[in-house]
Formats: sequence, C-alpha cells, structure tokens
Amino acid sequence: MILPPFVYIFISFICFFTAIILPLFVSSQRLLISITYTLSAIASLITAAIGAWVVASGFVGSVIIPVGLPDLPFHLRFDPLAGFFLTVIGLLSFFVSIYSIGYLKGFIGKRPVTSLVIFYNLFIAGMFLVVLADDALFFMIVWEAMALSSYFLVMFEDEKAENRRAAFLYLVVAHIGAIAILLSFGVMAGLTTGIESQDSSVNLASYTFESMRHTQFSEGWATAAFLLAFFGFAAKAGVVPLHVWLPEAHPVAPSNVSALMSGVMLKTAIYGIIRVTFDLLRVFPWWWGAVVLIFGLISTIMGVLYALMQHDLKKLLAYHSVENIGIILIGIGLALIFTSFHMPILAALALIAGLYHTLNHAMFKGLLFMGAGAVLHSTHERNMEEMGGLIHKMPWTAALFLIGCVSISALPPFNGFVSEWLIFQAFLLSPSLHSPLLNLLIPLGAAILALAAALAAACFVKAFGVTFLGHWRGHRNPPLHPPFYKGGKGGLEVDWFMRTGMILAAFTCLILGILPTMFLEWMDVLSETLVGGRISTTAGAFGWLWLTPVSHERASYSGVIVFGVILLVVAVTYLLLHARRTSIHRTPLWDCGFEKITHRMQYNATSFSMPIRRIFGFLFNVKEQVRIKQTQRHPAFPERLHYHLRIRDRFWNWIYQPISDLSFWVSRKVGRLQQGRIQVYLVYSFITIIVLLLFFR
Amino acid sequence: MTGFLIEILQVLVVLIGAPVFVGWIRTLKCWTQSRSTAGILQPYRDILKLFHKDIMLAENASWIFRFTPYLVFGVSVLAAGIIPILSVDLPLAKTADVIALIALFAIARFFIALAGMDIGTAFGGMGSSREMMIASLAEPAMLMAIFTVSLISQSTSLSQIPHVIAYGDFILRPSMAFALLAFILITLAETGRIPVDNPATHLELTMIHEAMILEYSGKHLALIEWAGMMKLFLFTAIGIVAFFPWGIAPSDNMAAIPLALFLMIIKFAVVGTGIVLIETGLAKMRIFRVSEFLGSAFLFATLGMLSYFILE
Repeated sequence: MILPPFVYIFISFICFFTAIILPLFVSSQRLLISITYTLSAIASLITAAIGAWVVASGFVGSVIIPVGLPDLPFHLRFDPLAGFFLTVIGLLSFFVSIYSIGYLKGFIGKRPVTSLVIFYNLFIAGMFLVVLADDALFFMIVWEAMALSSYFLVMFEDEKAENRRAAFLYLVVAHIGAIAILLSFGVMAGLTTGIESQDSSVNLASYTFESMRHTQFSEGWATAAFLLAFFGFAAKAGVVPLHVWLPEAHPVAPSNVSALMSGVMLKTAIYGIIRVTFDLLRVFPWWWGAVVLIFGLISTIMGVLYALMQHDLKKLLAYHSVENIGIILIGIGLALIFTSFHMPILAALALIAGLYHTLNHAMFKGLLFMGAGAVLHSTHERNMEEMGGLIHKMPWTAALFLIGCVSISALPPFNGFVSEWLIFQAFLLSPSLHSPLLNLLIPLGAAILALAAALAAACFVKAFGVTFLGHWRGHRNPPLHPPFYKGGKGGLEVDWFMRTGMILAAFTCLILGILPTMFLEWMDVLSETLVGGRISTTAGAFGWLWLTPVSHERASYSGVIVFGVILLVVAVTYLLLHARRTSIHRTPLWDCGFEKITHRMQYNATSFSMPIRRIFGFLFNVKEQVRIKQTQRHPAFPERLHYHLRIRDRFWNWIYQPISDLSFWVSRKVGRLQQGRIQVYLVYSFITIIVLLLFFR
Repeated sequence: MTGFLIEILQVLVVLIGAPVFVGWIRTLKCWTQSRSTAGILQPYRDILKLFHKDIMLAENASWIFRFTPYLVFGVSVLAAGIIPILSVDLPLAKTADVIALIALFAIARFFIALAGMDIGTAFGGMGSSREMMIASLAEPAMLMAIFTVSLISQSTSLSQIPHVIAYGDFILRPSMAFALLAFILITLAETGRIPVDNPATHLELTMIHEAMILEYSGKHLALIEWAGMMKLFLFTAIGIVAFFPWGIAPSDNMAAIPLALFLMIIKFAVVGTGIVLIETGLAKMRIFRVSEFLGSAFLFATLGMLSYFILE
C-alpha cells in the first residue's frame, strides 16, 4: 500500500534523480548550476513540508520496496521522529540550495562543478533516506551513500594536500563508525526472531527495525548494542574524542557543503542515537544516560575551547559543531536518565530541549557556514588574522552573520538561547536521584554548560569582531583599498541568491527564538511517542507569548516581550536623542599621541583569545616561540620579532598517533609476505590448500 | 492596573536611583580617603553634560558602534522592569527568569565588546578580549550561585524566590551562605569594581571596561555610562531579591510600596557602604589573578550547590 506522504517523497526523489543525471545532458555549467540547485531546493522544501506534516499529525506508516537482494526488500517508515529530522534536514537543504546557486558561480571558469552537483544531490537524498530507513540493511546502504558522497564533496578541491588528508581521515573515521553501527544492528538482529503471523503480508524479517521494536532484549546484549551504536554514531557526530576528522573535513569542503555537513549531517547521528535507544531498545539502565551525558559535557567544553584557539574561520565553526553536538547529547543523556527513573515529564523536557537544539543548531550553524562561505567567496581568505573591516564592504553578510553569532552564543531573543534555557531547566528541575554519581554530575553539568555558553559568546565576539570589524589586517591587500570605509560601500557583497539563503536562515533563527511555544507544541508528539510525557500542556499554558515548562511558578520566558521591549526602548531613546538635530562628527582615531598607528596593531584572533589560552592552556599542547631578530644598534630596539604559536589537539597524540603507528607497523609486517614473485604466491596458495584440507576434510 | 503603575514606578526608581547609588559610593569613598566630595548628585551632572555634547565618531565606526549604546540602555531598562525591586507582582516579571536575565546582561556585554573591536585600535580589542575572558569565568559562577538559590526556592523566577525565603519559614542554610559569598565576588567582577577592574582608572594598560568604551563620546557615552550605573544597581537588586528579600511588597498593592521603597533605600545604602569598604581595603589585581578570584567564586557556588544536595 502506498500512502500519500510517500507519494510526495517519491516526487522529491524524482527531483533529486533528475538533478543527478542532468549533467549528462546539460553542458553549460552556468545553466546546470541553476537548474540542478533549483531542483534540489524544491525537493528539499517538499520533504521538509511532508516531515512537518508528519510531526503535526502524528502519522505513522510504512512501505516495503521490493528492490535490493532477493528476499531482502527495503523498508521505509514515516513516524514523527523521522518527520522531525526530515524537516530539519529539508529546511536547511532548501536554504543552502538557494545559496548554492550563487556560491557555485564562483567556481565557474576555475574548475568543473559537475561532481559537486551530482554528489550534493546524492548527499541530501542519502540523508533523507537514512531518516526514513526502517531496516538495518537499507539503513547501512544509505548511511554509506551519505558518507561516501560527502567524502567526494570534501575532496572537491583535490589538488590541495590538506583536502586529501582531511577527506581520508574522514573516510577512515566514518567507516570505523559504520562498522560499529553494523555490529550493533547485528547484535540486535541476531536476537530478533522476526515476526511471523498468519497474514503473510506482515511477515517481517529479523533485520527490520519493526521486529527489533517487538523484541525484548536481555540487558547484557542490549548494553552491547547500545555501546556499539553510541560509538558508531558518536564517530559520525564528532563527539570528543572521536572529533578529530570534523575540524579537518568541514573547513576544506565547499562552504555550501560544510553548511550541510555541520548543520544536518551530524544530526543524522543524533537521529541514530535516539532511534536506537528510545525506539529500538526501549528499556535501559540509568548509566547509559550518564555515559551520553558525560561525553556530551566533555564535547561541549572541549569543543568550545578548541574553537577559541582557532584563527581559521571555518575551522572555528567546525569546532563549535562539536560543542553543539555536546549540548544536544546533554539533553538526550538527561532524557535517558529521567526515563530510566520513570519521570516522563522531565524526560520529555530534556528530550525536547535536545531536539529543539538540534533544529536550532541546524539553522544557525547553516547560517554561519553560509556567511563564512560568503566571506571566502569574496575575499578568498579563511584565515581571520588576514581579515577585518568587512562590515563596510559586505553589510548584508555582516548583519546576517551577526544574527548567527548571537544565536549560537545563546543570547536572547534568538533561538540558541531557548534550547539552552530549556536544558538548564531540565538540570535544575532534576530532583535528588538514587545515585550519588548523578547527584554530583547534574550540578556539575549545569556549571559546565554555563561555562561553555559564556566561552561561546567570547568566541563569537572574536569571530565576528576580527572578521568584520576594525580595519583590514591582511598583509596581502587585493580586495580592499586601505581607506575602504570611505565610499564604495558594499563593494564585496555577495549576490542575491546567497543573500536569500542566509536571510531565510536568519529569519528562521529569530522566529524559533521568539515563538518557541508554537514549535514546542508541534514537537509534542515526539516526546509523547518516545518517552511517554509531554510538556506543551504546561509549556504553552499561558498562550503563545509565554514559555513556561512544567509550571509558570518554576520558570518563564517570553522571547516576544524581550525582543519587543528592547526594540521599543532602542527606538524611543534614539528618537528622543535625535529629536533635535544632532551633529555627528567623523574624526580620526585617538592614537594616544603615538602617531604611527597601523592596522597590524589591532587585536587579532590569536591575541584576542590569549587570556583564555593562558587560563585553559593546560588542556592543549601549546608551543609558543618568540624569536627576536637583532640589529647592530641596541638590544632594546630589535628589528623584527617572530612569534610562532602552535596549538595541537592532545587527543591526537594520545589516541590517534599510537593507532596510526600501530597500523603502519602491522602493514609493514604483513607487507613482507608480498615478494612480488609468482612462485612465492603459488607456494602460499599451495600451503593454504594443504591447511584447509587438513582441517576441514 | 496598579501593577503597571508599580512597573513604571520601579523603572523610574532604577533610572533615577542608579546615578544616586553611584554618587553615594563615590561620596563614601571620598570620605574614607579624606578627600572632599563632589556631592551625591555629581553623576547626574556628568550624564547631563554628556547629553548636551555632540557625538564624535571615529572614521571607521560602523553601525554596530552606533547601535550598541541604545541596545545596552534598552537591555538595562528591560531588566529594570523584570527584577522585583519594589513588588514581586510585576506584569513584566514573567518575561525572563534569572537565567534569561543573566543572558540579557550577556547580550549587552556582547555588543559592547563588539563595539570595542569596531574601531580598530589596540585598546578596544584589549578591553574586549579581557572583558570576555572575565565574563566567561564570571557567568558560570553566577549561574551556579543563582542555581543554588533556585534549588531552595524550587524556581528560577526571581519573583518566586522571595515567597520561599522571606514569606516562608526562616531557615539558616549553609548553601545560601556559600552562594552569597560567591555572588558578592561575581558582582564585583561583573560590574567592573575593584579588585577586578577599576571604574575610575584611565590608565590604558589596566583598564578593562573603560578600554572598550574609550572611543565613545557625547550622547552615546551618556547612555553607556547610565546603563553601567544601572547595571551596578540591578546586580545589587538581584542580590537583595535572592538573599535579603524582606520588605519587597508581596502583591501589587500600592499601600505597601512606600515601605518597600524605604527599605530598599536602606539596603542600598548598606550595600554601597560594603562596596566602599571592599574597594578601600583592596588593591586592583593583576589580570591573570582574576581567574583565581573567579575560580574561587565558582568553587564557593559549587560547594553551595553540593551542600544543598548533601545536607538539605
């Protein structure tokens, strides 16, 4: 039976398919970009709308597609959880696809974009199918399709060694994760008998999720399945210490792809964790939640601290993805803990907070990567130390990027604040639990989240301030002439396609921030089906204006009033002060009597984060070198000063370097078997046959 | 209706009271240092003078630099309407609980720090960098202190806290003592007082908050200065609500307001004296000692929270 939502999904996949085969027929690159990205925008929008409808109506339905291996058909299923993630992925893909039309034009004449077009569409389609898949086999196939297409997207500019290295690292980590996920499904499928009923049409093989849902797993096997799945999905999500690929791969991909990878691809891993724990395994001890919570907290704090140390704009954003995945995991971890203690309302609050942050992070991280892409598009620069003053040349991009910065820094009235606020409420509402570890962990968790939020604000003051404010810091000065604030405003601004993509994302950030009650009501069905509790009856008890989770006496927040009152006071004050004609004089900078103030004397990214580096430096591998080049004159007047700073991830030396060394060592040993002479190989075959005959007669 | 009247009255009290509070602190400080004072009303004269001056804007200043003073002022006015200073029954009180309130101050700071970087001088960047470092250490400690109080009152809403502490049974709580100690340390840091920052200094290498607003002049500076005074006033008010809420009117009854106002003035006078004693007794710290100072504040707050979970 084919149900209406599947028809729409089918239409959207026809769009993707057309976009993928179109390069065969269209030779003009310019035309190809416009058509294919319009198609993917339409397909994404349709899917997002269907997802939103599925969540709103609580629709559940599945379909079996008789393709694939014989007797192993593919299963697809719609449920609210899938619908929610379809909405998140679809919405951002829609914005990014519009943005891409403008962004890709920057490649015309430099390199063919055909591979980018094909793999981009394959990538989005893969993400949609991951969410829709309802059996382990199909899930793994589309999961791999998503991983491989994103690998090719990271490799797009493959002439740079940095990109090849990043893509390889990504491929390795993604596959180690995929093996763990496969093993986890193997454990679950092995314990599942499948469902046989009289009506032969509902026979379900053991590899389907539906039959796993109906199986009661023993605690030991369930734990094994959970740990494997968590490891596998954590590798995809970039949870510390499995994060090293993320800050390498995301920055080197084209910016529209980084927006999707950071904004939504990581979320498929979040989807996987929720699907496996709340939906497939269903019963769990509290310490699973503690594991998720601890890894979430470590990722949150380490992600933001690493981000602060970066001076590459896209790398900084990539590390913030690690942080935000951590925040989402905190919500999920709390939800797991509360569910295992049978507190459905609190579990619902924590889960919804985590999911709302998933949606919010997709929007603002997508926006920020699009903004970084716009900067890259116009200045061909990723290093913040070489930027500055772009607000004068790119007023639109600057304002939109600022909205992203405010959102991610969890500042009201934008969306990042609402979800972090909800997570704080979940922390604070947690009563004394029957576990000393949790009683210690929960207050500490709240403190770490608060620290991370404050550090994120510092990091985005740095990111925005160094990139867009002040003067141009660069040595190289082609795009901007020195006094570029005079005249020629908006000289580097990107085109309207890119701006539209960013405006839509920024607008969504604002709406999600000031009208959270509406969206929480929409998401209510998720917590209802997954943890059996709901918060919207209380969260929206005072109407759309007030967000009051649990009860209005516990806590309340109104984004609309915060936004409205601040806007009102700003407007009134401005009008009062400018009622009489106020003259504003433009004057040169005050230079403290020091006449040779240059643009290189401004604070840059490295100097901005220096105080924080000094406090938290013990967490990193920091190497600081100052070399003074003397002249003959006097030691007090050095001619040049070389400052060299290298910050490395300690995890690389602790975990990855030994593993990489070990695998090289093993490879070398194994390599000795290969002599390159046919006689030797024949001897090997002969010995193998003898051994087989001896043992398996 | 009276609710709205009290609301407006309270905002006016904050707007007018903040400069007096600062004037009171400065006057007391002069007395302790045997200097002659400029009078308790001097901050008004300063603000008024600045409002009559033209704005000198650096060539490179963007709209962020011009927008920030208005935003900072707007945030302070909004916060003044939310914190229960005269009465706990304010129409705006539900707009933001204490977490959102701290985030409101954070957005003001975010924009001031951006404005500091907008001009492109080394001083502005230095001020922004240091301010964000201090803020990122102070904010979690602040939240931890507030969390301890809100665990006791079972609410993060500021208007609910007095219900439990002032109108409920009086219990001496060790967690509250820790939280109060942490709160005092953080308030000194957040409002830029000695020993973390010196509001009176204009020595380039030691200033933090002043470095960010160095390029402001005229009306912009007036707004920022006024908002800064309001911030000190409001942080004191948060402390009073959380730890000494006796006297705040429990309902929107006009008759209770005069008493509430009177008690408020006494409490602020006492707090001002305390600040002056701290500032006279201590010297400004080196910037990298601040992390230890705020670290101990964070430790106290965490101890408060743990002692709540263990003892209460």
